[in-house]
Amino acid sequence: MDQITPKAVKEFKIVGTRPLRPDGIDKVTGKAMYGADLYAPNMLYGCLLRINEPHAFIESINISNAEKLPGVKSIITFKDFLKINPDNKNNPILENCIANEKVLYDGHAIAAIAAVDLNTAKKALKLIKVKYKKLPFVINIEEAMKTGAPIVSVGKKNENIPDGYSDNVIQYCSFGNGNLEDGFKTADKLIKRTFKTPSVHQGYIEPHACLASMSNDGKADLWCCTQGHFNVRSICSNIFKMDNSQLKVTASEIGGGFGGKTTVFIEPIALALSQKSGHPVKIVMSREEVFKATGPTVSSLVDVEIGMKKSGKITAAKAIIRYEGGAFPNETYELGAQSAFASYDLDAVKTEAFNVLTNRPTQAAYRAPGAPQSIYAVESVIDELCQHFNLDPLYVRILNAAKKGTKSSYGPTFDDIGLKATLEAAKDHPHYNAPLKENQGRGISCGFWFNFGGNTCVSLNINFDGTVGVVEGNPDIGGSRSSISQMAAEELGISLDKVKTVIADTNSLGHNDVTDGSRVTFSVGLATIKAAKLAKKELCKRAAKLWGIDEDAVIWKEGYAHPAGANAGNQEPLSLEDIAKVSSQTGGPISGHYEVNAEGAGVSFGVHLVDIETDMETGHSKILRYTVFQDAGKAIHPSYVEGQMQGGSVQGIGWALNEEYIYNHDGKLQNPGFLDYRIPVASDLPMIDPVILEIPNPGHPYGVRGVGETSIVPPLAAINNAVSRATGIRFTELPLSPPRVLKAILNKQ
Amino acid sequence: MIFVKPNTEKEAVYLLNNSNGISRILGGGTDVLVQMRSGIIEPELIVDIKNIPGIREINEINGGYEIGAAVSGSEFNNYPGLKEFAPGIAEAFDLIGSSQIQGRCTLAGNICNASPAADTAPALSVSKCIVKIVGPNGFREDLVSNIPISPGKNSLKKGEFIKSIIIPKRPPYSSDSYIRFTPRSEMDIAVVSAACFITLDQNKLIKELNISLGAVAPIVVNVTGINELVINNNLNDDLLSQISIICSSSCDPIDDKRGTIEFRSHVAGVLAKRAIILAHSRAGDKIEKIAR
Repeated sequence: MDQITPKAVKEFKIVGTRPLRPDGIDKVTGKAMYGADLYAPNMLYGCLLRINEPHAFIESINISNAEKLPGVKSIITFKDFLKINPDNKNNPILENCIANEKVLYDGHAIAAIAAVDLNTAKKALKLIKVKYKKLPFVINIEEAMKTGAPIVSVGKKNENIPDGYSDNVIQYCSFGNGNLEDGFKTADKLIKRTFKTPSVHQGYIEPHACLASMSNDGKADLWCCTQGHFNVRSICSNIFKMDNSQLKVTASEIGGGFGGKTTVFIEPIALALSQKSGHPVKIVMSREEVFKATGPTVSSLVDVEIGMKKSGKITAAKAIIRYEGGAFPNETYELGAQSAFASYDLDAVKTEAFNVLTNRPTQAAYRAPGAPQSIYAVESVIDELCQHFNLDPLYVRILNAAKKGTKSSYGPTFDDIGLKATLEAAKDHPHYNAPLKENQGRGISCGFWFNFGGNTCVSLNINFDGTVGVVEGNPDIGGSRSSISQMAAEELGISLDKVKTVIADTNSLGHNDVTDGSRVTFSVGLATIKAAKLAKKELCKRAAKLWGIDEDAVIWKEGYAHPAGANAGNQEPLSLEDIAKVSSQTGGPISGHYEVNAEGAGVSFGVHLVDIETDMETGHSKILRYTVFQDAGKAIHPSYVEGQMQGGSVQGIGWALNEEYIYNHDGKLQNPGFLDYRIPVASDLPMIDPVILEIPNPGHPYGVRGVGETSIVPPLAAINNAVSRATGIRFTELPLSPPRVLKAILNKQ
Repeated sequence: MIFVKPNTEKEAVYLLNNSNGISRILGGGTDVLVQMRSGIIEPELIVDIKNIPGIREINEINGGYEIGAAVSGSEFNNYPGLKEFAPGIAEAFDLIGSSQIQGRCTLAGNICNASPAADTAPALSVSKCIVKIVGPNGFREDLVSNIPISPGKNSLKKGEFIKSIIIPKRPPYSSDSYIRFTPRSEMDIAVVSAACFITLDQNKLIKELNISLGAVAPIVVNVTGINELVINNNLNDDLLSQISIICSSSCDPIDDKRGTIEFRSHVAGVLAKRAIILAHSRAGDKIEKIAR
């Protein structure tokens, strides 16, 4: 719980305090409305028919028996979407929701039913007759890339793909600078290793849920659990050829997302079922559906080669990154290539990355998408080099750390960044020098994330009673409502209990980008502060009117309008409440609005330290101590910042130790449930100790830097390095599950 | 689906014996409800046995205990003296599920569900516990070990159900233990488990040593060939490693999402060793307690 503030920054009254979360009581008493909690009159229940084959050609779907079942109100297949909009045949997001010609992964939906109750809908699913032909499939990255591999989808391959790969390799990119060959030549030691990470799911506790109601005149209402309802509106209005204004999307409270709720899976289906039946339709996914047909992040196969002088100086570094993102992968491979070496100031560096199709569920973003996998490989090789030269792993990282002015491996030159300060904080922390016992190891790793800004709108309304409503458009997934209220109160100079922040539907505010990229506290906060400044300007104007003086002769200070300047007079200062109460007589309600495509989010770095004990007889690794060091720029609500640092760490720990998508030889997922897909439970972990550093981000009025994602990046390598040091065996594949670790121990003996 | 909550054993037997299709007993329901919800089973008849007299009671009989079929984990573990009498059975029962599940789950259900990974199955088997069964032909008794016959299948005949479980009287200086391996510390399922029952004499020489292993074969493995090796011996490292090897080679596990054959066999030996050390120290404590 330490907070390290290296230099004096702006004095704050409300920012930096830890008020109770505004959504807390409703959430713990069950009053909060999540995706599945809304009911509409005459509502139907929808469910989807999923095919348990990794790859199959759909020959026919016969719905006639299902349609006859009393209580069934509508059934849809991909053909219905083609009738709605012929362009839908080229829409990969829709094709992931409901298969067109081919089933592309185990659990791919091919039809959906809406009925008067869920039992009837499920009964009707069994009456749909499907004929399909099984096709050869491919699950594994390495196999998928080879020529001769079964092809998941043809015609997706970009022109820049080097020769010698199958058509599953669809995209390629490379970044870097300097002369690698010379760099490697001057190294005293070269280490090259190949690393693998499994697909892992975001594991949010709330399954996807939505309620859709479409009218005959083409208007629609959609209520859903999402990280970005404006994005849901864009995707769905595109599918249904609707004007944006005709589809109103309201975001429910959200029970976790971690990137997995940045796209749609069931929303277009519910809308189509509603359109066809004329009733509102609710769909709630089961946990098995969530595992099989939403999420996971990419699995990876990464080669890393690093050259180091015996002084610890890195002379050259190279990575070849291969990410598999299922049947419709996105741009994660590129983020992996860009982030791999971002923590280091290197003269010669190159990353290449390949994007690969497989018969697995379509990847969705997962907290710092693409960075954990490539950085895992890089940080593991650096640790092995440190061991080789018997060098202190923090010293080596400080020696090579990127700093202000470093031209990053992916192009941009860094401004003020907090990596070195973060590393030094770790070095000075008592954890770093605490003694270790037998079979215990200490691992460290750096982590990086870009952070984003993006399109943001905020309305700040001053009510007649002097309270303030902030209206923003980003679902609150990590405590943003509290942080935004704090920034509004701080800027206006009023107490926090006067401010309430709400999340508007898509018709009540301009477009807001998705809650992702650690953007919300930064971007929405920035827009809120600017909106508050505009409101203050208007408040001063009203005060001037009341006093009968010139507008420029009024200034705003600590919640009051004050007369200023030689001729302003000696009027008593007016509070925000005083001005608000009579605003009806001075020109009407007062508000401030700010719209921006925010830039200057500022990159984020973190350093993790972990102590692990490995049971040499069972291969089981126990986390003994875990400390997180991260630069928050300015922690608006430190408890939430700590929560982000702890939460990301725990997800990374799960990824490193036990979580993985397990497929059998039939290409079917073996563990679509929380029993065998093992996220850590509370008793598996010590208290994760967060250390917040505050190196103000010059791009934000209060210095805020996004903190949501970086924390999931270092745990993979930190744990890999700790287990490797505890056992004396270098590991290169995750998860470090007991069978894998025990096998290595027994092989060594 | 028909749901019935009869007030007598006779009524329950009649209903079960005359049902067509799938029927299930509802004790705690921690398996049945989950299986129904996930669509694994669709029973036509559910017989809730909790109204049957005595079915939720624990009684001391003949120096041992009789545990009603619907006694929950938390009732068992809060019953005075039971945890001290059979600490291994208590720890196995206590490992099932969360606190919420503990309020519902039962020994009878854990045995009849016949999961190879059932926590209480090795713990009850190693102490040679007995089930009392009622059915169309009256009462019968059988060893717990004989109830699960393959994954998901038990040896109960149509119309039968378990009324209670008997934990028999133990010789002085006896104790038991149960250890399971799970990747997580809780909310998990045994990848391998080992139960030990041990009897010592006043001089700490071993009089009886039973090992049962879970999750390493379709049903519990009651390891043979150990008593011959250890009887009238002191426990030592050499014996422990010999037993460990015997246990590993007694396994007949599968490769699956939870573990490999190699892993399960190796860890079975490790856990057996640890379970013996634990049970031995518990039995040894009794000698010291009496000596004091």
